[in-house]
Amino acid sequence: MSYDAAPLAFEHRQSAHCETGVVSSLLTHHGLPISEPMAFGISASMAFAYIPLVKVAGMPLIAYRMRPGSVMRGVSERLKIKWHKQRFKDEAEGMAALDAALADGKVVGLQTSVYWLPYFPENMRFHFNAHNLIVYGRDGDEYLISDPLFEEPVRCPRADLQKARFAKGALASKGLMYYPTDIPADIDFECAIKSGISRNYKYMTKAPLPVIGVRGMKYMARQIVKLSKSDKAEKYLPLYLGHIVRMQEEIGTGGAGFRFIYAAFLQEASELIGRPDWAEASDQLTDAGDEWRRFALMATKMCRGRSPMNAEKLRDQLYKISDMELTLWRPLKANL
Amino acid sequence: MKKDEVPQDANDTYKGVKKLLYAKGDDGSYEGVASEGWEPDFTSTEAAVAEFERRRDEAHARAKAGQTSELEYYMLARRLDVPDLAMATGFPGWRVKRHFKPATYAKLPDRLMARYADVLGHSIAELRTLPDHSA
Repeated sequence: MSYDAAPLAFEHRQSAHCETGVVSSLLTHHGLPISEPMAFGISASMAFAYIPLVKVAGMPLIAYRMRPGSVMRGVSERLKIKWHKQRFKDEAEGMAALDAALADGKVVGLQTSVYWLPYFPENMRFHFNAHNLIVYGRDGDEYLISDPLFEEPVRCPRADLQKARFAKGALASKGLMYYPTDIPADIDFECAIKSGISRNYKYMTKAPLPVIGVRGMKYMARQIVKLSKSDKAEKYLPLYLGHIVRMQEEIGTGGAGFRFIYAAFLQEASELIGRPDWAEASDQLTDAGDEWRRFALMATKMCRGRSPMNAEKLRDQLYKISDMELTLWRPLKANL
Repeated sequence: MKKDEVPQDANDTYKGVKKLLYAKGDDGSYEGVASEGWEPDFTSTEAAVAEFERRRDEAHARAKAGQTSELEYYMLARRLDVPDLAMATGFPGWRVKRHFKPATYAKLPDRLMARYADVLGHSIAELRTLPDHSA
């Protein structure tokens, strides 16, 4: 399939997470309807990682999904989609390329910083440089943007968008701009879904490091207990727990650190391919997600002094979740 | 999570921006549901913002007392830490920290100041003066 024809009017769709949202919206726009959970599942992007050596604002890196870029990479690899991708040394050149693509009737994805986008509420503006959004038009000095995290399309002045595209630092975008150029006409979803599940199984249960996957959850649980016994506990523990909850529930996880999105994927895949056992796994993951939410609630109450600090209770909850997730992955893989 | 369990906790943090969560509808199938907020979520975001603001105000006071340079204040006002600023400017961390010494910072040539100006989104002149009020 090629895209010489004028594109259809772009339809904005709110998503839970930016990268899955942009990938699913761009592919849908280019004639391959695919839901956000499907893009997430096929790309095998669910994860858990606790990396003490990498610090985010002085706190260990805690991730509930694979690193930025993995959704696009995973989807493209398993569905054999090709993209035009371009980074720029020169800011003016990057803006000119965007204008040229828009003038050409293209709808494009951009990687940007969150901090410099003025339409984000003040409290949500942090230096995360791997945000993704879609530009679908320009009106004078303003760009028409479909930001997947927002209910409605937004607008952004040119100078701000330029600053956001070329923010420096970790995960710097260097103006990354992309759009699909080749989508195969016949796609084997069954094969792609199975390959995605298999890959995710490996990551969640077979990682060679104890800080990754279901073992990583137990590792984090032990870190909480360890910290609660140190003399820094009083000051540091609430900030630390707050950080964990924020990584789990902050914008873009769809609830429970992506567990509900993945459960939605398993459900959709089960119906599409006719696999009732995947629907069962979806229910199990939903239960695990509910326990993640319970964990967040417990931790928040303890931080705010509404219930006594009890690190052992938090540890036990995380152990329980880890076991629940392990239980669902094994049959999923064995019966692929 | 069921659709009717999706929290809609009123808050000032997200300024009415609703986020999409995935939850099960009455028939058990997943759908996207817009949520106004959830207390554990927005209180942890507020706490993270408040921690930056606390450190920023503290840096403001120290800069006023001549114990640190204006740079540390502007860094924290932009919600950045030393490793972030180091990575964005290309200076090693120890050099950024050295620029927190008021005497060293005052002598920093414009050529190097320009890197901070670019990353922090302030003019060089602004970066050399401490605003009266830090809030």
